[in-house]
Amino acid sequence: MTAASNKNLISFLLYFAVGLLVVVILAPYLWLFISSISTKRDLTTIPLRWFPPEPTFENYSRLLLGGTGATDAASQFGRCALNSLIVASMVTLISVFFGSLSAYCLTRINFKGRSTLSFTIIIPQLLPPVALIIPLYLIVRRLGLLDTRFALVMTYTSFILPLVIWLMIGHFRSIPPDIEEAARIDGCSRIGALFRVVLPLVAPGIAATFIFAFIIAWNEFFYALIFSSTQSSKTLSVLVEEFSSKFGEDYVLMSTAGVLASLPPVALALVFQRYIVQGLTAGSVKG
Amino acid sequence: MGSGKGNSLISSFEKKRNVILLLLLPSMVLIFGLLIYPLIYSFYISLLDFNLTRPGVTPFIGLNNYIQALSDGFFLSSLLRTIYFAGVTVSVEIVLGLAVALLLKQKFRGRGLVRGLVILPWALPTVVNGIMWKWIYNANYGALNALLSGMGLIDSYQLWLGEPMRALHSVMFANIWKETPVGVLMILAVLEGISEELYEAARVDGANTWQRFRYITLPLIKPMIGVLFVIKIVWAIREFDLIYIVTRGGPAGGTTVLSYLAYLNGFKFFKMGYASAISYFIIVLAMIIGIPYIISIARSQKEVV
Repeated sequence: MTAASNKNLISFLLYFAVGLLVVVILAPYLWLFISSISTKRDLTTIPLRWFPPEPTFENYSRLLLGGTGATDAASQFGRCALNSLIVASMVTLISVFFGSLSAYCLTRINFKGRSTLSFTIIIPQLLPPVALIIPLYLIVRRLGLLDTRFALVMTYTSFILPLVIWLMIGHFRSIPPDIEEAARIDGCSRIGALFRVVLPLVAPGIAATFIFAFIIAWNEFFYALIFSSTQSSKTLSVLVEEFSSKFGEDYVLMSTAGVLASLPPVALALVFQRYIVQGLTAGSVKG
Repeated sequence: MGSGKGNSLISSFEKKRNVILLLLLPSMVLIFGLLIYPLIYSFYISLLDFNLTRPGVTPFIGLNNYIQALSDGFFLSSLLRTIYFAGVTVSVEIVLGLAVALLLKQKFRGRGLVRGLVILPWALPTVVNGIMWKWIYNANYGALNALLSGMGLIDSYQLWLGEPMRALHSVMFANIWKETPVGVLMILAVLEGISEELYEAARVDGANTWQRFRYITLPLIKPMIGVLFVIKIVWAIREFDLIYIVTRGGPAGGTTVLSYLAYLNGFKFFKMGYASAISYFIIVLAMIIGIPYIISIARSQKEVV
């Protein structure tokens, strides 16, 4: 075999492997999307129609514009999407605000026990949520907060806040302390220097953390499953699961709900990919 | 030393303490109230015969819940299943993750695009991942049956979720699909940091591809692989969502892992004490594996501080 043909073979194998990878990543999700624009009949014929002869977006309008009657699963979609948005935004805002302040404190101010405190922040990442759910459930029930968005915001914060602190510690460390010192010599108070000098510099890090935390909060399922039961707090994650179990076997509507629920995190992750990789490598954290 | 200076020293000390309190306290209160306190409370519950169907009657029974778990065959088989699930999925994810990362390190057209796509499974909500695979595995209309029979690989449609071991492996596959990208991206980040000159020098010295991988790449990515291994095992041990969504722990308990068993006892049988004891077994398991990781983090923290 000549060197040239050897090279061709390697190049062929390379593109073959890449092609295979792309198919494995895309095919399942693509199938979910195709299912969502098919009719029930397309999906239940054997042999299967891999692509609907008449694609339809009818289910998207049914979910997004609301159905008829409150018992109809489709009519819950808008309400649950709103719940997801409110809960994820609140959790992210609270966590990023308090988490940034704490991370600043843990990187910039010297005090006893600081380093111990900074690394114990990673321990919650190792705790199984199921271990926390029982006491949290009993507490939330006693407070009469079951099935409220407030309960979800608080419980999500319990694992997203430590994660945010951990990520923000990394971002604060990447800012040289000299800049802040200079501001303080010029008469800035510590808090003043934090808000006027340090926070603007660390803004890209805050944005990265914000997106990362939002995706994790949006995707959360377990706490929402236990704590929410009606439309007053049910999130999209829980509703989408109900499409596949409770509401008969409507594969088309289920797929449509799945595609819609995944759009915000997928779009954010694809657009801000650099941030996500940063978050994953810095935090070694669960998504 | 004048008294004025001493005063300002004290006041600056107090000021510093106030600043620390102001910055740290809100987070610490939240973390303590929502994490530490529930964790302690959970341990207390695990010592009680606490059944939600008998309100007000919660006798203290010591370690009986733990003893009951250890003498229960279903608990033990769930424990084994958890270890099997975690061990196999994580090993496959890391080997695959390394392979894909090495692939994406090569130069080819459209590399940026493919790298971008890799994040998709990670970003997908667990629920969507779950219903997607449940739909693909569907015995009557699933895409997997249609695909395999279309290719002539199976004669008749299979019940992918109908038999315990097969169902477990189906769920494990779905988990591997979702979790592998984390490893790919993290290993790729390390690979990108390796200087091209190292490989160049090795090439000049006559090292072949395998030797370059074995003596340059592998030692440099080893720490990351170690981190991945620990972190992923811990995540896999606590896996719940996918099992709940795809199989509800069935058929015949064949996919019941510890997290699901704890959920089942707590929220279906209302045995809060027993469920707490099971979840403490998960904590212990996670901590045994996680401690080396925490220690290494602690060390790196000390270095930075």
